[in-house]
Amino acid sequence: MMLVRITGALAALLLASGIACAQGKPTDPQIAHIAYTAGQLDIEAAQQALEKSHNKEVRAFATNMEQDHKAVNDKALALVKKLGVTPEDNDTSKALAKQAAAKRAELAKLNGAAFDKAYIDNEVAYHKAVNGALENTLIPAASNPELKDLLKTGLKIFQGHEQHAEHVAAEFK
Amino acid sequence: MAARTFGALLLAIAASQARAEVIHVKIENLAFTPAEIRAHVGDTVEWINADFIAHTATARDGAWDVLIPINTTRRVVLKAEGTVTYFCKFHPNMIGRIVVAE
Repeated sequence: MMLVRITGALAALLLASGIACAQGKPTDPQIAHIAYTAGQLDIEAAQQALEKSHNKEVRAFATNMEQDHKAVNDKALALVKKLGVTPEDNDTSKALAKQAAAKRAELAKLNGAAFDKAYIDNEVAYHKAVNGALENTLIPAASNPELKDLLKTGLKIFQGHEQHAEHVAAEFK
Repeated sequence: MAARTFGALLLAIAASQARAEVIHVKIENLAFTPAEIRAHVGDTVEWINADFIAHTATARDGAWDVLIPINTTRRVVLKAEGTVTYFCKFHPNMIGRIVVAE
């Protein structure tokens, strides 16, 4: 129930800020910024989990998030450099960062199994929302074919993360 | 007599080794290719990870669990008959199947 509410809120946020972009759809520099920010925020969430959690499965998941999102973001940085695109901060990126900061503060107060459950539930919700935004908004809006391809590869990776998170979350039910 | 039996045994081993194959599976763009392979007991499956992220080949029945870092190959020898479904632990949307005959 709580999970559904969080997912809904994040999805609504992504959608609302997406619509708020000029001409109704984000530009390539904005898309690059949103995708990079979403990855960076998940790396920071993973780092918090690695500082706080003692659960083997949660730590393995967090380690993989740190590695995969860094690998994707390194590709993204190399691509924007090659294309001469400067990622542009925007309302969606700002909203994502604000929401992540609030979640990080909330998780900081929890420990042990309560932290593990809250972290992994949020990872399920976060990947669901970001994947929805990629699939329905960012990929269709991307105009550069190489950027579009990287986003598509990213989506496949993050859909894997969503399932991985669901598997780990199932252990805390 | 003992020498003849030993010789026959060596021949049998040589023959079975000659038959054992290495079957290659490429991991690319979040997929095992080919997704389904046919093999025999004693054959080896070799995965090559051509993606820019690490993957695993993890048997659903727990028989093996192999970490395959970027730009590496990893092998598993098939020891039992039957159909094995495997997946990547990090990206469970990646699924492969091996049909192992005797």
